[in-house]
Amino acid sequence: MIWAAVLAASAGCYAVKLAGLSVPRRILDDPRVRRIAALIPVALLAALIAIQTFSTGHDLVIDARLAGIAAALVAIRLRAPFLVTVAVAAAVTALIRLL
Amino acid sequence: MIRNALGIGVATGAYALSFGALSVAAGLNVAETCALSLLMFTGASQFALIGVVGSGGNPFAGAAGALLLGVRNGLYGLRLSPLLDVRGVRRLGTAQLVIDESTAMAIAQPNGPLGRVAFYSTGLAIYVLWNLGTLVGALAGRAISNPADFGLDAAAPAAFLALLAPRMEGREQWVVALVAGAVALASVPFVPAGVPVLLAAVVGFAFGLWPGASSLPVEPSTREPA
Repeated sequence: MIWAAVLAASAGCYAVKLAGLSVPRRILDDPRVRRIAALIPVALLAALIAIQTFSTGHDLVIDARLAGIAAALVAIRLRAPFLVTVAVAAAVTALIRLL
Repeated sequence: MIRNALGIGVATGAYALSFGALSVAAGLNVAETCALSLLMFTGASQFALIGVVGSGGNPFAGAAGALLLGVRNGLYGLRLSPLLDVRGVRRLGTAQLVIDESTAMAIAQPNGPLGRVAFYSTGLAIYVLWNLGTLVGALAGRAISNPADFGLDAAAPAAFLALLAPRMEGREQWVVALVAGAVALASVPFVPAGVPVLLAAVVGFAFGLWPGASSLPVEPSTREPA
């Protein structure tokens, strides 16, 4: 089941990349296409952050992860490199669970 | 420029370490994890898929989320095709390298030949180091019995936050992000795992159809990883 999903999604992602190189340029000139392409990642990433911070299974929860995400936000504001941001979030979350 | 490419490759390789470890923690095995990096090769989509699997969702819901996040690579391809001008068999290999960093590096160059060098050097450096990092991270991840003890369940949303931050350029992005996040959370108790993310994509799509004042750029930021 996981294998099938991995292969299907990989094939789809590759097809999208190839289509981009193969399709006439004027499609990009449609402002709606540009807007949708810019806004879908924003919506998806925001949803992933919300779900993975505030839910466990089907329950909405507030736990140590929130402190980790807050710390990550501070790191981002301080222009920390990507990996530092992720490490800070994990470290703060782990620390709070230890207390 | 080659040094830049290697630098970005090393940075994303380190990012791949966390992907490999989180993927194994989410319940994929090492082979499935490596297959994602070899075949899908677009970081945010890979994280989205393992996120859904890790939260107990249907892997195909994760695959749909991964595919939607991958749509931006298609737009990068549109932007790159006049610059790269690849045909035939070479286009098949080139396509796999169309990701955030290679696109950002290519379009930042002053002319076509430099842009092509930047695209291939960045793309290939990242491809090699991303896959190496994934393998090492996945093998290391197997040694961790409870990912939550190390705060690894907060690492993925922090990674998404770092990917989202450079995109928050205007009021419109904030509105979409807040509505999408709220819709996703509100639906979590009632729908199968993975579906809330797809509902959020519908929010993004709907706002995109809305006739807005500005047409948004599709250029990737150099600050965000694969």
